[in-house]
Amino acid sequence: MEQPVPPDHPGRVTNRHHRRVGRALAPYLLSLPSGLWLLLLFLVPLVLMLSLSLKTCSPSTGACVMAWHWGEFSSEMSLYHQEFITSLYFAAASTVVDLIISFPIAYWIAFYGGRRKNFFLLMLLVPFFVSFVIRTIVWEFVLSNNGVILGALKHIHLLPSGFHILGTSYAVMAGLAYNYLPFTALPLYVALERIDRRVLEAAYDLYATKRVGFMKVIMPLAVPGIFAAFLLTFIPMFGDYVNQEILGGTSNTMIGTVIQNQFLVTLDYAGGASLSAILLVVALLGIFLYARLLGSRTIEQYL
Amino acid sequence: MASATQKAVGGKYMSIGATKATESKAPKGARSSGRAGKIANLESADVEFINVTKTFNDANAVDDLNLRVEAGEFFSLLGPSGCGKTTSLRMLGGFEDPTKGRILLGGQDVTNLPPYRRDVNTVFQSYALFPHLNVFENVAFGLRRQRIEKNEIKRRVGEMLEIVDLPNYEKRQSSQLSGGQQQRVALARALVNQPKLLLLDEPMSALDAKLRRQMQIELKRIQTQVGITFLYVTHDQEEAMTMSDRLAVMWHGRIEGMGSPKDVYDNPTTEFVASFLGASNLLAGSIVSTSGSRTTIAIDGGGTIVVPADRVPDLGGSAAVKVGVRPEKIGILPAGTAVAADHNSIGGRVRVSTFTGVGNQYIVETTLGVEVTAYAQNIGHQLAPRSGDEVVLSWPVEHTFTVKPLPTTVEINETEGD
Repeated sequence: MEQPVPPDHPGRVTNRHHRRVGRALAPYLLSLPSGLWLLLLFLVPLVLMLSLSLKTCSPSTGACVMAWHWGEFSSEMSLYHQEFITSLYFAAASTVVDLIISFPIAYWIAFYGGRRKNFFLLMLLVPFFVSFVIRTIVWEFVLSNNGVILGALKHIHLLPSGFHILGTSYAVMAGLAYNYLPFTALPLYVALERIDRRVLEAAYDLYATKRVGFMKVIMPLAVPGIFAAFLLTFIPMFGDYVNQEILGGTSNTMIGTVIQNQFLVTLDYAGGASLSAILLVVALLGIFLYARLLGSRTIEQYL
Repeated sequence: MASATQKAVGGKYMSIGATKATESKAPKGARSSGRAGKIANLESADVEFINVTKTFNDANAVDDLNLRVEAGEFFSLLGPSGCGKTTSLRMLGGFEDPTKGRILLGGQDVTNLPPYRRDVNTVFQSYALFPHLNVFENVAFGLRRQRIEKNEIKRRVGEMLEIVDLPNYEKRQSSQLSGGQQQRVALARALVNQPKLLLLDEPMSALDAKLRRQMQIELKRIQTQVGITFLYVTHDQEEAMTMSDRLAVMWHGRIEGMGSPKDVYDNPTTEFVASFLGASNLLAGSIVSTSGSRTTIAIDGGGTIVVPADRVPDLGGSAAVKVGVRPEKIGILPAGTAVAADHNSIGGRVRVSTFTGVGNQYIVETTLGVEVTAYAQNIGHQLAPRSGDEVVLSWPVEHTFTVKPLPTTVEINETEGD
């Protein structure tokens, strides 16, 4: 048994004091691991990247000095606005393609998957266990001029021998759409799966046909999922460079390719950093828009 | 408060048309009959299940059901979880197709009609309000599908929200409502379509006991007011007895007992009904003789009990029977008291005496070797026997019933899972 400490005992005061400090510190201590993680691997690189965009770098040594060179942004934009527009167009078109393809898939799994829902979802994801780059290179084979598809079609003279897809915008968009399909399908699935079937039954009970039930109940309830799917697909596509590098040609350079070249080929760190900053702003705008329209809490449910 | 909102709504009608205005003017004076004037006497339909069977995975959820619900009746399907009551209701609503048999609504065969082509609306167990729509749009949903004119929709929704006591709630989101309010919206959403039949699937299971009792009275009031057939599914016997004109007790997909609540309660026809609906003391025995209007039954533990002869069911040749009496019909008297004429009696010793507020519940170890539960109301002037006291249990022969014993003792599950 511990000796009871009288209330006015000095030892008791410090004890209580310690306890109070400990309690106040607890949340900070608990968040320390994740806080450090975010600081080191997210915040520091971000600040470095943003500050780099304002520096001027010596092309010969690669050393950079802070110059507060705000003009970098406008000069990069005037140089590369075409690539931005191309990226925007590719990302938007491929996202729409993904939405169109994955909506029926997600709908079918959510409503008719029965007990095998998880199996079907796994099947959807199986190709994505293979590395991103390798998958894209395989697409290069699939779409190549005398490959499995085009070769066969040319052989039976359905296509002229000069026909090609590789190098065109279509090849890039096909690659993008293929590579990002799960990012569209999964949030859609989550949104559709979450719809209370009894609510749908209530609609049928209230004179809604299957079609009206779909339009008036399923679609409105799937909107947050569609928007989340759009964001999750569109943003990474916008900065993607692998698909364009492997499947595209010289006339359809995307902004990701430019950034990659600036960092790795021309060693224009400031230019690459400022283009990355612009990309970041575009992505943030999208998320801001989502939060404004559908509430920030709904984002958490899908990410 | 009610009259103020009535005036407001009444004002809205007047701009619509003269006939509507006079209609709404009439009830303003009388408060109690005020609401009744509005959508009373809707067209109502009778329901008929003819040899309906529904099979799920080789098991009969509903087994050769024959049931007739009269137009304008408040009818309850009562039974434990998995007894087939909800499946029956869903078949009537069009959400399940019967494996066999036909369902008639107002004489018309609706067996194969999809839900949206039936003149039936449902109040779902979980309310199933549309989460993306506000109260007004929830209630207006069915009317919009029927392409009813905009002003008419506005009028009918306003009227209906007033009937369910939710005036001025049009703009609220369903997530902002309490359970009881959501239930009222669900009811309004179904009733606003003026269906010939309203299906209610355990609509009160999510409400607390106090609110539930309040809603029971409310629901009965609304049913009397609109005059349409209500088919109510519940596992709560008190709820079913409180509101129903007639009820059917279901078990294993079959109807075990049907009639007015009093009828089914006082004169249960099967052992299941006797033990599911209220509490029963059931004593196994066999028929000895019948003379005139009385049948004598020898109880297995010794002694005899007399029952009205017309209450002995068809036993299919066997003499084995169970004699039942409700605990509240039993009078508990000090040992040695003379038993009145035409009464049954058993001697015993009080084992447990429990004060429940409204009464005393006794468990009496009888001379027949079985325990019998008796219930005495707390009216104050009796001296309550205590545990250990020798007593005589006595009750009128008229309050004794007999049922055919079940082949084996069964566990009756009163809790409802889904």
